[in-house]
Amino acid sequence: MSEAVKLPTPVENGRKWAALRDVAIGAGVIFVIWLGLRILRDPEAFAGMGPLAGKLLQALLAIVLGIGGIWALFIVVNALVEDLPARVAVILRPWVFVLPALAVVGVYLVYPAIRTIIQSFTEVPEGGGVLSNYTDAFADPAVQIALRNNVIWLLVAPTAAVVIGLAFAALADRVKYESLAKTFVFVPLAISMVGASVIWGFVYAWRVPGQPQVGIINAVIQYFGGEPLAFLQEIPINTFAMIVIMIWLQVGFAMVILSAAIKGVPVELTEAARIDGASELQNFFKILIPSIRGSIITVFTTIAIAVLKVFDIVFVLTGGNLETEVIALRMFDAMFRFRNFGQATAMAVILFVAVIPIMVVNVRNLRKQGIGA
Amino acid sequence: MKKRKWSIALVALALLLAACGGSGDTTTTASGGAEPTTTASGGAEPTTTADGSGTVGETAYEHLNQAMAGDFEGTSVEIVAQWAPDGAEAVSFDAALQPFRDATGIDVVFEPTVEYETALQVRVDGGNAPDIAQIAQPGKMVQYAEAGALVNLSEWFNVDQLTTDLCCGFVDLGSHDGSLYGVYWKTDVKSIVWYPIQGFADNGYEPPTTWDEMIALSDQIVADGNGSPWCISIESEAADGWVATDWMEDILLRTAPPEIYTQWYNHEIPFNHPEVLEAAEYMHQIWFTDGYAYGGNTYINATFIGNTQDPMFDPAGPQCWMQKQAAWIPGFWGENKDFTDPAEWPNQPGEDVGFFYFPTIEEEFGSPVLGAADMFVMFNDRPEVRALLEYLATPESSAPWIERGGFLAANKNVPADSYTYPNDQLAAMTAEATTFGFDASDLMPADVGAGTFWSGMVEWVGANGEGTEEIFQSIEDSWPTG
Repeated sequence: MSEAVKLPTPVENGRKWAALRDVAIGAGVIFVIWLGLRILRDPEAFAGMGPLAGKLLQALLAIVLGIGGIWALFIVVNALVEDLPARVAVILRPWVFVLPALAVVGVYLVYPAIRTIIQSFTEVPEGGGVLSNYTDAFADPAVQIALRNNVIWLLVAPTAAVVIGLAFAALADRVKYESLAKTFVFVPLAISMVGASVIWGFVYAWRVPGQPQVGIINAVIQYFGGEPLAFLQEIPINTFAMIVIMIWLQVGFAMVILSAAIKGVPVELTEAARIDGASELQNFFKILIPSIRGSIITVFTTIAIAVLKVFDIVFVLTGGNLETEVIALRMFDAMFRFRNFGQATAMAVILFVAVIPIMVVNVRNLRKQGIGA
Repeated sequence: MKKRKWSIALVALALLLAACGGSGDTTTTASGGAEPTTTASGGAEPTTTADGSGTVGETAYEHLNQAMAGDFEGTSVEIVAQWAPDGAEAVSFDAALQPFRDATGIDVVFEPTVEYETALQVRVDGGNAPDIAQIAQPGKMVQYAEAGALVNLSEWFNVDQLTTDLCCGFVDLGSHDGSLYGVYWKTDVKSIVWYPIQGFADNGYEPPTTWDEMIALSDQIVADGNGSPWCISIESEAADGWVATDWMEDILLRTAPPEIYTQWYNHEIPFNHPEVLEAAEYMHQIWFTDGYAYGGNTYINATFIGNTQDPMFDPAGPQCWMQKQAAWIPGFWGENKDFTDPAEWPNQPGEDVGFFYFPTIEEEFGSPVLGAADMFVMFNDRPEVRALLEYLATPESSAPWIERGGFLAANKNVPADSYTYPNDQLAAMTAEATTFGFDASDLMPADVGAGTFWSGMVEWVGANGEGTEEIFQSIEDSWPTG
């Protein structure tokens, strides 16, 4: 490419014309996009077409303008960079493709995150200090319960999901209908948290003892002469009943990843161990698990992050009542029910800080495996 | 139960749509907000046209008269309200808007939403507010007003007319800092107790008229081995516990002077003031006396409010006998709930099931009623929007819903004989009431009124009525400072 810099003059002239042409095209593209946006912003533009047709046309124009506009801009900017001297072009070209992504991440992720952190210190009640959102939060019994519950969730859910998932992966590895067996465990992963909560809401349903039980568990309990149990009302069973739902959802994920990892363990390794007289259990604990340690950590941390952010299950089933509060729900309530932005942002920051160590472990582990750069 | 889960699943979708709509519509509202200065001034002229045509009956409202004269034909107004999709209320509300549509040619768009309050908040925050929104909590109106989101009605609304029309101090409740923001339209009276008429007759029970009689009747039912006297439950979507707060408020109105009630929700006295704890004792007596509440405290916490009274309609005879709930509850009765046609209800209010006034406790405090009410507020100022809001201030706007049943107007100039059962009785009850207590939890800061007061009640029920003082103390502690 370095020779290209010393091109003869006619070509350089041609390049100047090309640059001019590209600038003109660029200006044209920007004008068209601007025009399109103007039409989109004009409430009268689609007024004559009836509500549905107008909305549809508006949406269509937005999609065409959005996708086509970005596409055209990329091509134009790329062409403009090509028009520059090659040495500069080489340096600039990657940025053409990376900058939009960086801008999107910056505007929609970094900026709000920073603003949230700042707000948590500035949106304080009258007469409160900089830290008052945090001191208020930690003094609030509901938040204390939420923190305690998040710890319980964090201890129980990822551990159980990994243990069950691993056991299933190891056992299914030796079954003839492995994929069918795995499908059953995997399916819940496709269900949304809200959907799962609705399903389990029925599983846990309670009716007055002696009445026909709608919930499958209580129906069984009552059939065998037991006293129906209000799983979602009884403290502390309610929290654990909801953790079970999370485990049910996440076991499939753990199983799939760990199953793949197990299949990646060289057969020679386990065979050698067997020849050396290792029992199946020894083989499992001393050969298999150390071999897939990295995958186990990845699965554990991924589920742990999901668990720390748990919201939907509690929101649907108990609304955080009866000592089932969790941080994310507290944040939602502070934001949308109490309109207390200071509290809401403080909760967001607490959650954010809690996730960081797990993220660090996760990223480190991925790097060790050579996945992340 | 089922209803709630689906509604929550839909919220996510609704929020998503609201968020998507945000970018496109933002400008609509923004420019819509900027324009009215021109349109409104242009709208001043048509008054002459309205006078000139003179085909429609004049109302006391300027923009409504113009609309009736067809000045805003072809325009469209969006109105939102909490009445859930498929519910009888949403259908009735839509019916109430129809005469306005027919008379003015304005396309009034009403699409029921789920998780209404959150959805509305998201739309307002996103600059995509509807033209008119129904609001049930006066505190919410104050919030929106202070955020500058609401149109100040005092500048053009015929407030004098409204003051003559509305009952129960609703003009004051719709105002903030001396300006009118909300027009009250619909009220609910909560101070009633439903009971099975035939069951009462068969057993020789009489609807009680005093608290002591009510307790005596409860004991009688227990002694007769007729199941539990009370049907109570408080599970309600994301609002578990509000039924319990109504009980507290209704009792407090009967055991303390109205000033105490006002001071209580304004936090001029502590939340756990001795008068309030005394009221809690009365409530405790009914809720937690062994054998009184059907299914005990677990049933109270685990049962959706729409299913509270199901045992009252048990084929084997009532398993519980009294339910304190507002007049909308018959919409949930019966197996095949065809909400749109009350004639299809298997348990006919007034024939199979009746109600009595939640009795006076202490003579000196008379016979108060506890109620709530819905108002409309305006986010976007356009003449056709003004016309619709003015229409909703007229007694005529109540007529279609009254005809369909289940509506009690905030407008006291609605002809009393237009009401049918049960609202004829409720209207009379309201007219005779010594005090109209507006639902206090709606007047408290949301942190308490829609937060710790609700969750505290759930906790109290969970503990089967133990630790009353601690729970009320913790609600007091949660009151926001500053």
